[in-house]
Amino acid sequence: MRSAETGARALPRRVLLTITGAGLLALPWNHAAQAQPSAAAAEIAKLLAGRTPIAGGIKLDVPAIAENGLVVPVNVEAESPMTDADHIKAVHVFAEGNPNPLVASFFYTPASGRAAASTRMRLAQTQNIVVFAETSTGAVRTVSAEVKVTIGGCGG
Amino acid sequence: MATPTPRVRLPATAKAGEIIEIKTLISHDMESGQRKDTDGKIVPRKIIRRFEATFNGKPVFAADWHPSISSNPYQSFFARITEAGEFAFAWTDDDGAVYRSAAKIALA
Repeated sequence: MRSAETGARALPRRVLLTITGAGLLALPWNHAAQAQPSAAAAEIAKLLAGRTPIAGGIKLDVPAIAENGLVVPVNVEAESPMTDADHIKAVHVFAEGNPNPLVASFFYTPASGRAAASTRMRLAQTQNIVVFAETSTGAVRTVSAEVKVTIGGCGG
Repeated sequence: MATPTPRVRLPATAKAGEIIEIKTLISHDMESGQRKDTDGKIVPRKIIRRFEATFNGKPVFAADWHPSISSNPYQSFFARITEAGEFAFAWTDDDGAVYRSAAKIALA
């Protein structure tokens, strides 16, 4: 943060305004990430078991706005050559704001050819979908996306 | 609830080395254990918790499903075909019941 401020002093006013604007936009996202429900945080911590996930390498396809929270399509694909030496072993999908945050886990072998899967999930409310992919080399990748839910799908 | 009926769609033939998409659907209420009936009592959880696909006996894909999966669960995935053979699909219910389906594929 300090280095960004120091740099900003030397920048023209227009650039400075753009940077400030970007900072304001980023704030609500940071806040939401910190305020993630503890149930989801606990389950994710259990899955990671001390490993640090690297962002990227996964394509997560979910609607930006889901009118019906009962049936929300989710399509996920992790990039991988899917060979014996280097393949995706598992992909886990979490819905942070659901009573049961873990939605599904997908398990692959080199015979899968592609580490992709599609299914349909229920979402109780507007929330972040977080995906983790475990590779055969021991690395963990992650990606997330927000889905705005108009009508929640928990039948409460 | 009627007995769950699995439906599977995949090509009848594939070239050696080709990666094909397999789409599956099974009729099931996937009762999440969150819903209440008209008396306000919670409807007990009853979902399909596991889906497995094998090709000539070797595992190709599997999924653990949790209560957030929609009713009549849909699952698509891919498989690399190197030889002719048969896919076997199995869905395992919370009550231990296993629903099965199979499909043959030939080399083009």
